[in-house]
Amino acid sequence: MRAGMRAGMSATVHELAAGGRRPTEALPPAAAARPDRPGRPSSALAHRGLRPSGRAPATGTRRGFGPGVGLGLRLGFLLLAFGVVPALGNDYWFSAILIPFLVLSLGAVGLNILTGYAGQLSLGSAAFMAVGAFASYNFLLRVPHMPLLVSFLLGGLTAAAVGVLFGLPSLRIKGFYLIVSTLAAQFFVEWALTKFGWFSNFNASGVITAPPLVVLGHDFSSPRGRYLLSLGVVLGLTVLARNLVRGELGRSWMAVRDMDTAAAVIGIPILETKLLAFATSSFYCGVAGALWAFAYLGTVEPHGFDLGRSFQILFIIIVGGLGSISGAFLGSAFIVLLPILMDNLATAYFSGIIDAGHIENLQKVIFGALIIVFLIKEPAGLARLVENLREKVRRWPLVG
Amino acid sequence: MSSLTSWFANSSFFWEVLVGGLLAGVMYSMVAIGFVLIYKASGVFNFAQGSMVLFAALTFVSILERGVPFVLALGITLGAMLLLAGLIERVVLRPLVNRPPIVLFMATLGLSFVIEGLAQTLWGSQVHGLELGIEDRPFELHGIMVSQFDLFAAGTAGALVLVLGLLFNKTRFGLALRAVADDQLAALAVGIDLRRVWGMVWAAAGLVALVAGLLWGARVGVQFSLSLIVLKALPVLIIGGFSSIAGTIVGGLLVGATEKLAEVYIGPRFDGGIENWFPYVLALLFLLVRPTGLFGEPQVERA
Repeated sequence: MRAGMRAGMSATVHELAAGGRRPTEALPPAAAARPDRPGRPSSALAHRGLRPSGRAPATGTRRGFGPGVGLGLRLGFLLLAFGVVPALGNDYWFSAILIPFLVLSLGAVGLNILTGYAGQLSLGSAAFMAVGAFASYNFLLRVPHMPLLVSFLLGGLTAAAVGVLFGLPSLRIKGFYLIVSTLAAQFFVEWALTKFGWFSNFNASGVITAPPLVVLGHDFSSPRGRYLLSLGVVLGLTVLARNLVRGELGRSWMAVRDMDTAAAVIGIPILETKLLAFATSSFYCGVAGALWAFAYLGTVEPHGFDLGRSFQILFIIIVGGLGSISGAFLGSAFIVLLPILMDNLATAYFSGIIDAGHIENLQKVIFGALIIVFLIKEPAGLARLVENLREKVRRWPLVG
Repeated sequence: MSSLTSWFANSSFFWEVLVGGLLAGVMYSMVAIGFVLIYKASGVFNFAQGSMVLFAALTFVSILERGVPFVLALGITLGAMLLLAGLIERVVLRPLVNRPPIVLFMATLGLSFVIEGLAQTLWGSQVHGLELGIEDRPFELHGIMVSQFDLFAAGTAGALVLVLGLLFNKTRFGLALRAVADDQLAALAVGIDLRRVWGMVWAAAGLVALVAGLLWGARVGVQFSLSLIVLKALPVLIIGGFSSIAGTIVGGLLVGATEKLAEVYIGPRFDGGIENWFPYVLALLFLLVRPTGLFGEPQVERA
C-alpha cells in the first residue's frame, strides 16, 4: 500500500505518521495482489471487490533517503505549509484554492477509507458532509461555551452514527448494490435538512451561517486564519487515517474488500469491520462538511451538499487513486485546479468565442473522459503516476 | 366508522392517484429496460442510460426545430444513437473487459458526464418543448380521470416489451444473447461473437433510450433533468430484479404507484417532497428481504 502514498503534497505527512518506522510485516496476500490488466493471471483475486490498488509490498531497496533526510523533509513540509504559504499566499489563493483543496481532500480521504480500502461504493458522501456541517452548527448553537474544535468532533461523530445507520444494509448487500443505500442517505438527508427547520434554527431557506471561528482565544476568521484552521484539522486527521489504514483495522478493511469470505475465514468480523469503515468514513466526511460550511463557504444550505458533491468526491478518489491517502490529495488538487485552469485558458485565448456555459459543459466532458481514461489506463490514479515519476527521477542516471 | 365513509367518498381520488402513479411508473420502466438489456448481456450497470435518454431527446428535438421532417429526424436520431452505442462499446467497454463490476459502473458514471456535456455542447442547454402529435386530454373512465398521453406511453412500453420479448425468445440473436448472459466463456466457446452481441445490445439500449426520451421529453420538456431519470430507474431495477424485463415493468408500476400514493397520503405530514427518497427506502427494504428482486435470478456466487 505504501508505495504510492509517499508522493506529492502528503509525502511528508505520511512520513510523519510513520514516525520513521518501516513496518516489516507482510501485507495480507490479497492486498498484495498486483492490479490486473485484462488477461493477467492474477486477476482471479482482484475480480471480487474493488481492484486492489494495493501494490506489491515495499521492499527495503526502494528507499533512497536515510531517516535524517526524511525528518528534514517532514520539517520542511510543515514549515512550508504553516509558515511559507501563509506568509506568501494572498486571499484569493486561500479562499478559492487552498481551503477547498484541503477540505475536499479530507472528504476524499473519508470516501477512500470506505470505497478504496473497504471496497464499499458510496454515492452519499455529501450527505454525511451535510450531517457533519449541520450537527456542528447545532452543537455550537445550542450548547453554551461549546469550543469550535469539539463541535467539529461532535459533528463528525453524528455523521458517523448516521453513516453506520445507512451502512447497516451492507451486511446483506454489497458492491455496487450499496449505492442504493447510500443514495437513500443522500436524498433523505438533503430532504430532512430542508424540511425540518430545527436543523437550521428555523432559517427560511435552511441556510446555516458560520459561527465566529475562535479556537483557544485566537480568531481564525481571516482567509489566512481559515486556511490555517483547515490545514491543522486536515493534517491531523490525515495522519490518523494513515495510521488507521496501516494498522490492523486497515488490513481488515482491505481483506474484506479483496474477498470477504476469505476474510471471514481468517477470523475478521465482517459486519463490525464494514460498519467501522462506514463510521470512520462518515466521520471524516462529517468533519470535512463542517469545514466546508464554516471555513470555506461561511454560509451553506442543504443543497450545497447535493448528489453532484458526492460525485465530485468520488471522482477525486478515482482520479487520485483508489485506496491511497495521498491520492485523495492529488485528486483534490486536480479537481480544484482544472476548472480554474480551463477558465483562465478560455478567457486568455478564446474569450468571446466560447461562453461560460460551454466551458462548463466542456469541463463535464473532460472530467468524464478523464475518469474513463484513468479507469482504463491507470486504475491506481495520479498517486501511481507520481510514484512512477519519482522512481524514474530517483534512478535517472542509471536506469532509463 | 366516519374515517371509512370519508375514505369511500374520496376513493375515486385514491384510484386517480393510483392510476396516475402506475402510468408514471410505466415511464420509469422504459428507462429501466435499457439497463436490463445491457446488464443481462454484459453485467454492466450502465449509469449513463439516463444521459442517453437526454442525448436522444435533445438530438431529436434540435433536428426537428431546424425544420427537418419528423420521420427523417427520427431516422437521423436513431442513426446517432446507434453510432453512440457503437462508440461506447468500442472505446469504453472493450478495454474494460474482465474488470470488476464496480469499476465498470464508475466508468459509466464518467460516461454519463461525457454524454451530458456533449449533448449540451452540441445542442445548448435551454429547455425545448416536444410535440409528438398526441393530444394530452384527460378523459373519464368509470369516474376516474385518465391521461390520454400516459395511456399512449403505456401502450408504447407494452409494445416495446413485446418486441424485445420476441427478439430474446424467438430469434437466433436472442439465443446468442441469452447464452452470453448465462455464461460468457461458454458462449465464446461455442462460437458466439461476444463483441457483436454487446454492440447489438448497446444499440438496442440506445433505441430504448430514444423511445423513452421522446415520451419523457413530450411529457416534461426536453431538458437536463431528463438525465436524472436514471435515479428513478435504479429503485425500479432493484425491486424488479436486474435481469428481468418483466421485472422492470412490475417494479416500475410498484415504484410509480407507491411513490405517488406516499406523496399524497403521507407527504402532507412532512410538507411534501418525499417522492425523492421514498423509492429508495422501498428498494432498500426489498434488498434486505429479497436481494434478487421480484423476478431476478438468484446469483450463484463463485469467487
